[in-house]
Amino acid sequence: MILEENNMSKTLLDKIWDGHVVYSKPGYPDVLYIDAHFIHEVTSPQAFDGLRERNIPVFRIKQTHATADHNVPTLNQHLPIREELSRRQVEMLTKNCKDFGIELYGLGHPFNGIVHIIGPELGITLPGMTIVCGDSHTSTHGAFGTIAFGIGTSQVEQVLATQCTLQYKPKRMKIEINGKLRKGVVSKDIILYIISQISSSGATGYFVEYAGESIRNLSMEARMTICNMSIEMGARGGLIAPDETTFNYIKGREFAPKGNDWDEALAYWKTLYSDKDAVFDKVLQFDAADIEPMITYGTNPGMGMGITKRIPSLSEVEGHDRKSFRKALDYMALEDGISLLGKPIDYVFIGSCTNSRIEDLRMVASFVKGKKKADNVQVWIVPGSKQVEKQAREEGIQAIFEAAGFQLRGPGCSACLGMNEDKIPAGKYCVSTSNRNFEGRQGPNARTFLTSPLTAAAAAITGKITDVREYL
Amino acid sequence: MKTFQKIISTIVPLPIENVDTDQIIPARFLKATTREGFGKNLFRDWRYEHDDENKPKKDFVLNNPLFKGEILAAEKNFGCGSSREHAAWALADYGFRVVVSSFFADIFRNNALNNFILPVTVSESFLGQVFDEVQRNPKTEIEVDLPKQTIKILSTGASEQFEINLYKKECLINGYDDIDYLLNLKDKIEEYEGTR
Repeated sequence: MILEENNMSKTLLDKIWDGHVVYSKPGYPDVLYIDAHFIHEVTSPQAFDGLRERNIPVFRIKQTHATADHNVPTLNQHLPIREELSRRQVEMLTKNCKDFGIELYGLGHPFNGIVHIIGPELGITLPGMTIVCGDSHTSTHGAFGTIAFGIGTSQVEQVLATQCTLQYKPKRMKIEINGKLRKGVVSKDIILYIISQISSSGATGYFVEYAGESIRNLSMEARMTICNMSIEMGARGGLIAPDETTFNYIKGREFAPKGNDWDEALAYWKTLYSDKDAVFDKVLQFDAADIEPMITYGTNPGMGMGITKRIPSLSEVEGHDRKSFRKALDYMALEDGISLLGKPIDYVFIGSCTNSRIEDLRMVASFVKGKKKADNVQVWIVPGSKQVEKQAREEGIQAIFEAAGFQLRGPGCSACLGMNEDKIPAGKYCVSTSNRNFEGRQGPNARTFLTSPLTAAAAAITGKITDVREYL
Repeated sequence: MKTFQKIISTIVPLPIENVDTDQIIPARFLKATTREGFGKNLFRDWRYEHDDENKPKKDFVLNNPLFKGEILAAEKNFGCGSSREHAAWALADYGFRVVVSSFFADIFRNNALNNFILPVTVSESFLGQVFDEVQRNPKTEIEVDLPKQTIKILSTGASEQFEINLYKKECLINGYDDIDYLLNLKDKIEEYEGTR
């Protein structure tokens, strides 16, 4: 009997996945039903062309949500986009949404913003859902207990055409973090720490469930930061079982269920957790007390360390990895074996789908209040959405930033990916709250240090890489 | 209709780990609204000095006339990072039909397969042999046989089996794509929606 009960135990991933399989056949991928499909201007135009070639409509218009974010300028958003190709791509999205009847939260719309910021903010993202988008950081939505993952444009077309995608079920990994976070350590440090421990490919093939006391104690914004970067260790996605924190965040949001619908939804959401005996293919455990404010030194997010640590010496790096280690340090113009503390920097970018929510801006504001930025740095603060921007103004955060000499810009992906006008110039160092420190990510030859918003704020004030704990 | 059976080709060696999709095609080149023309910007920032097509970097393999072919070989974790299918389009547009590595990132692998590029996962040691052999002789040819799921270095005879799921194998061999499969299941999808 006990055996039977064990067999029935399911992980959260299995519960949601199994409930969304429309059809399966041995050797074939599952036909997975998608509850919410987010689209943006970069990865959708070719998908719409595909529908036109086949002469078929969008199958479920109401489950398709569109925003323009990657190409948009973050200054003078009321003017036409100056860069012609960017403008054309955004106009193409507008046309495609109009032709196919999809509601678009385009530039200037009060709901406009980065796709992974607005979904949760508007109450579109709800526990138990399956969510896809042609964007690898779709994993962000997993913070609500959803199966959310990035797809390519061919798959965007499939979802537009059928509301389904073909997927093999990933393996299950549980990452448990217990213990109390130390002073100056926030959720970005947790995820940078995990990636530094398991490498940028350490979770490839897995879907990760984050669990443990340290995760439970985090706000929704902080949980989203963690799930957001799941892809940076290769995972298909990451998710966290919903709880009171989740429900309180969702309640009252624009498209969240109301009245009886809320009660019904809540009853279902409360069943969304991994059963006690559920089996994971891999379990990793970390102690929150081991984590200090983190910084990356190399050119993938796995090349990170505690801010007081030294970059490894070449001799400490395993033979096989030496070549890429040396290549990364050459690109970054850094020597092996050194500490980064005190290293002068040129730019600070606080934004991206990783860290541009109101809580991130509040965290930065509370640190910089009454301080001024260093003369040698330019500081760009880019809110994740129009709503975050509005809230920052209303809460007096904008005034604090202006007094500190920071520039609060309009919402968008901005300097996270070097696609729009916001690029870090060649050779310059940028302390960035975004998610990727790849070569050229923030602009050709730009050099990126990934940190938390708090560590980035400290760098903005001192003009160099700083252990924020010295100022707390 | 595109299909994939077997190819024999020389190799372009790129012995670099963690080749991310921002290197394969930088974001500033994602602004096209068609699938064509991405090949000229493949590995753009590794290929050219100061973003200038008149200044090819001599030490980058695509600029080395010795190495040509339809097969790209790279070290582990190829295609990590962004989900941009433009990375697969750029490789295809440039003329690659196979990428050999010891390890592929998930989203890239799917995107490649959806564009009839075959990602072939081999052991570290076999990959090492490929790099050694092509360094020794840039004319080294490799045979990739999809129906048999084998990859072979023709000069040495060394070969290995590779994995591919049955479904995608059939798609590639027969030229089917996922959307045809899904559209045929429309009744089942509507039926499923009715049960929720």
